[in-house]
Formats: sequence, C-alpha cells, structure tokens
Amino acid sequence: MNALRRNVLKGAAGASTVAIAVAAGLLKPTQAMAAWNTAAFEAKNVGDAMKGLGVSSPADSKDIVIKAPDIAENGAVVPVEVTSNIAGTTSIAIIAEKNGTPLVGNFTLSGGAQGFISTRIKMGQTSLVRAVVKAGGKSYTAAKEVKVTIGGCGG
Amino acid sequence: MAEPMRIRATMAGDVADVKVLMNHPMETGQRKDAKTGQLVPAHFIQDVTATINGAAVLSADLGSGVSKNPYLGFKVKGPKAGDKVVVNWTDNKGDKNTAETTIG
Repeated sequence: MNALRRNVLKGAAGASTVAIAVAAGLLKPTQAMAAWNTAAFEAKNVGDAMKGLGVSSPADSKDIVIKAPDIAENGAVVPVEVTSNIAGTTSIAIIAEKNGTPLVGNFTLSGGAQGFISTRIKMGQTSLVRAVVKAGGKSYTAAKEVKVTIGGCGG
Repeated sequence: MAEPMRIRATMAGDVADVKVLMNHPMETGQRKDAKTGQLVPAHFIQDVTATINGAAVLSADLGSGVSKNPYLGFKVKGPKAGDKVVVNWTDNKGDKNTAETTIG
C-alpha cells in the first residue's frame, strides 16, 4: 500500500499532488482538531506532554500494569496493554518517553468502561513506555522499559 | 479513502471485550519519501469515539505514535449480548469512518 501511494505521488506530477494534499490538510483540520489536545500531542518531551494533559508529578502506582514486550524487534509495531486496577479510573494516557513527540494516545473512559486499553504503538528507540492514569481527580503513573532493535519513526 | 474497519465485541462474564482494527496509514509527517526525498505529509487518526447503545464509553485522542492500521481493544462492564457497539474515527485531514457491530 505504501509503495502504491509513493508511485502515485511520484508519477502524477509529485509537486502538485503534494500541494493539493497540503491544501486539503490545511482546510479541514480546524474542525477535526476541535477537541484534539494539540499542546499535549505536539510536546517534545515528557514533562510538556504531561502538562498538556493537565497532570503534574503523578504518584507511582503498582496498581497499573503495563504489558509490553521486553524486546521489540520492530519499533513500528509494539503491542502495549495497560490495565489500571485503580477504582474510578477515568483516563489512561500512553507515553513513549523518547519518541520525538512522546504522547501516543489519551483514552478517556466512561459509562462502565474498565481501566483497560490495548493498542499498538511506534517507538523510535529503546525507552520507557509510561502510562498515566487519572482516577478520582488524582493522577498515577507506571512505566516499563521496552528495548527496540529497529526504530519505527522516520527513516 | 476510508477503507472498511474490522470490529468485534464479545461478552466475557459481565464484561464486553471490544476489539477494533482501523485501516489507516498513520503517517507521522517526519518520514521522508525514499524516492523524492520529500517529507510525507502527516496523516493520522486523531479522534476515536465508541458508544454502546448510544452511551459514550470511550473517547480517545491519538497521536502519530500509534502504529499503522491502529488496533484498539477495550473492555466495558454492564452491556448485554445483542447491544450495539459503534466506533467512529476522524483523522487530521477530516476523513471519517464508522463501524458497528452487536455484542456476541
């Protein structure tokens, strides 16, 4: 699929196609991003990302379980499962600490949703994968190191 | 543009286990095209919402650090078999897609 798109870009007068794509990208995002936390997602370090999420110095918690491989051969696809056993968990954020933009996702739970999120993330290099959980107005955190042998960002 | 997504929901005890697979390139905007040397524009899912029988259960903000063709699994306590699960996503270019299933 990637190869196909590349050919399309290259073949069909690359420059103008890109320009159209950019224009399309510039026209619509304002609506799409209405609720998107730009500050947190564009933060370049963990501290700013947490600030963007409205979290400051979360407490370490053993009630958060991060399931991820010890060694990920392919940084483009790292399966991560976060389980929060803290009662009243309202949100779970996943942060790959050494990524260019560390915040991967912020999941807000409601209506009986359990403190559980399973997804797959990209990792540029070996780093801690951190989960930040909000529950009852407080924030908690836990981290697990994942060694990456081939990075999955850029190239 | 929007390709079909796959969704599955099953009951395990009193907890519904929902799994969603979305088709999306999830470009970070930092990767260079190998042939032209130009940056591939960022194109990724930003917002995912899920409802069960119309009630919101999950609202997720995603960044470009989520892998291509994102997988998302979550669990919800309370629903019954036969309840309707709907998942919507919106990307940074305004594309949208939706999928629904009943809990089996």
